[in-house]
Amino acid sequence: MQQSDARPSRFAALTGPLSTLLSNQAVSLFFILLLLWLVLGAMSPVFFTVNNILQITLQGAVVALVAAGMTFVILSGGIDLSVGSIFAFSAMVTGIAMQSEFGLFGSIAAGLLAGTAVGFLNGFGVARLGLPAFIVTLGMMSIARGGALLLNNGTPIFGLVDGFNIIGQGRIADVIPVPTIIVLVVYLICWFVLRYTPFGRFTYAIGSNPEAARLAGVRVSLQVIGIYMLSGLLTAVAAMVEASRLNSTQPAGGDGLELNAIGAVVIGGTSLFGGEGSIFASLIGALIIATIRNGLTILGISAFWQNVATGAIIILAVYLDRLRRNRQGS
Amino acid sequence: MSEPKPYLLEMRDICKSFFGVQVLHNMHFDLRAGEVHVLVGENGAGKSTLMKILSAAYQADSGHIFIDGQAVQFHHPAQARAAGISTIYQHFSQATHLSIAENLFLGNLPRNPLGMIDYRRLYQLARAALEAVGATVDPRLPVRRLGIGDRQLVEIAAALTRNARIIIMDEPTAALTDREVDRLFALVHQLKAQGVGIIYISHRLEELHHIADRVTVLRDGRSIGTQTIAEVEIDNLVRMMIGRDLQAFDAGAPEPDAFEVLRIEGFTRAGKYEDINFTLRRGEIVALTGLMGAGRTEVAEGIFGVTPPDSGAIYVRGQRVQINQPGDALRHDIGFLTEDRAATGLGMALNIRENMTLPYWAQGRDYIYGLLLNHRRERQLTDDYARSLNVRARNLSTAVKYLSGGNQQKVVLAKWLLARSSILIADEPTLGIDIGAKEEVHRLLIDFARQQGGAVLLISSDLPEALKLSDRILVMAHGRLVGELSRAEATEKRIMAFAFQVE
Repeated sequence: MQQSDARPSRFAALTGPLSTLLSNQAVSLFFILLLLWLVLGAMSPVFFTVNNILQITLQGAVVALVAAGMTFVILSGGIDLSVGSIFAFSAMVTGIAMQSEFGLFGSIAAGLLAGTAVGFLNGFGVARLGLPAFIVTLGMMSIARGGALLLNNGTPIFGLVDGFNIIGQGRIADVIPVPTIIVLVVYLICWFVLRYTPFGRFTYAIGSNPEAARLAGVRVSLQVIGIYMLSGLLTAVAAMVEASRLNSTQPAGGDGLELNAIGAVVIGGTSLFGGEGSIFASLIGALIIATIRNGLTILGISAFWQNVATGAIIILAVYLDRLRRNRQGS
Repeated sequence: MSEPKPYLLEMRDICKSFFGVQVLHNMHFDLRAGEVHVLVGENGAGKSTLMKILSAAYQADSGHIFIDGQAVQFHHPAQARAAGISTIYQHFSQATHLSIAENLFLGNLPRNPLGMIDYRRLYQLARAALEAVGATVDPRLPVRRLGIGDRQLVEIAAALTRNARIIIMDEPTAALTDREVDRLFALVHQLKAQGVGIIYISHRLEELHHIADRVTVLRDGRSIGTQTIAEVEIDNLVRMMIGRDLQAFDAGAPEPDAFEVLRIEGFTRAGKYEDINFTLRRGEIVALTGLMGAGRTEVAEGIFGVTPPDSGAIYVRGQRVQINQPGDALRHDIGFLTEDRAATGLGMALNIRENMTLPYWAQGRDYIYGLLLNHRRERQLTDDYARSLNVRARNLSTAVKYLSGGNQQKVVLAKWLLARSSILIADEPTLGIDIGAKEEVHRLLIDFARQQGGAVLLISSDLPEALKLSDRILVMAHGRLVGELSRAEATEKRIMAFAFQVE
């Protein structure tokens, strides 16, 4: 087994720190995002305004929040298809709680707890029953959707508690949307968790090699359950933002959310095989998806085309990432 | 039979290297029609590589192959099959959910005029093919319903339907019952009578007199000699297999009355190992040897809690302990360097530091505020261990998948040392790493035992390695401990005699 001990990038000798920076997935993705903004800005004067960029962060907030949890799940080698249904379920729980006079904070807590609880069940199925994540969360996708519909007999709940609308509609200093702040805070916490806590380290370890992690004494089941709980919790946070923006909770909400969240994560270059990826790259992935939707809307292109474009971008991004990795590997 | 016929098969001057390491040196091999030619040798002697070159799974770097005196060149396994060469692997390559008949004729299914599969004719053909090998199974059954012995017959029948004239059997009796072995031998004699040449790889020397016409011994990628069965003496064969003189190597000795750190009592797991008892003292290196499949790795997995035994007791430093999962073993300072680095030892996508500190952090040591990873401590520890173990890499943030096998193995070793293991189970610690790294790993294991007061249970198929490092050698065969030799008593020959159950 003769292999070179380490494989410096072919460009490392030439450009040093710049190459290191560019080989960072989040940084190179950010340049792609900037490029997109420049192109769209050139096509429409409306696009490149502070207000519109903030609008994009607002529109991208829901997907970004769900993608944050999804990043943990995918880093651990799993997948969570149930986030769209958890989204609707936790929103409906909050809606019901508000109708039942739980008060503002009690109702929010109830919704967050509901999402976390569904995540626990997902984790239990994967870690303790030993079922594939795809199957468990596919089943849960249906179960939680059913739960959301059952809670209020399939009808939305309108007229939420006063003060709730700040979460989704408020602006700090009348400029920065509150959801944008929530997203930033959540991503900073997630980054911190992945980098500085055993929970984060073990997430990578399990995704890279679950058996090696188990032999190293990592309590893999507990960890996996925690990861799915986190995904449920962050999905519920996203549901609060959306419910607050619409001032209602929708049992049919979050439809297709899992695809956008997974799309954001894979655009961010996180490997679907687990163990490799970066949380901020997922944030930029979510912003890229939001940018495309926003840009096409401004350009007056049909919403149907937005679906086509989003899908194409996901495939293209993963293809480019493959090329980048191959180049680094050889 | 008066005129000397050309060999059915002749392989001349076959050379093969992997990653710059030569594994076959000018190998010669020949086979007559109607002959069983047995290949023996230790693990890694080159038997499988030679056969894979014959079946075109690998390409030789140089050398020639002749069939019926005609030079042939295969670039693809299908060409070798078409030339009449079939391999019966230890692990069958069958589509287990398809029927026996479909497996027999896969790729050559009889069709009706509409181009659809003609099942009636398929079953007819299959019945005839099964009869030819003496198998009495319904060809419509899915293959997964068959036992090992019958699946093997189906493989042989499939070879015959392809008109195989050279059949390679890779340890065909390894998993068979005695009755199945008898049936297989009868079939082999029948195939010989039909003029088929059989290359038979075996670890069971006691079989040879029942089946072989000639025996060739391989060692370190060289052919050491070929004997007719009349010339073969098992003792001599064992000597040929192990061959080389040992290098002098002073491993020192443990303190004579060092205390016992590990005691295994009555370890039993159904079908894997039975009533295993041994002890390990501080400063000692004890080898657990035996053939592949003797149950060594399973015992190690039992001790470490990967798959706990059905019954038996573990004592660590005199205390009875319960080990149900790896975390328990770690808590008692036991480390386990597994046989397969890629599958169970390392997270290939993780970097060197992350791999080295995984058991350390998993034990909850040294967190900041009891909660956070201490990156500074991680850097210190991994820098220290990388230096003392001489891990060669651009930097310690390099993903381990970019390291050589030897450096990967040092990272695995470092992770247990760093977790402060005092009892290390090392399963084939030098498998697949080059000579230089092998010496370094040996030095590290000895240093761990003698200088740092550790104890090592060394599982190794490499007998020179076991002899060089260990203070005592335990030999397993068929799931049982069949012998124990002190360093003074141990020779490769005596170990092999235990392992092959000749003594």
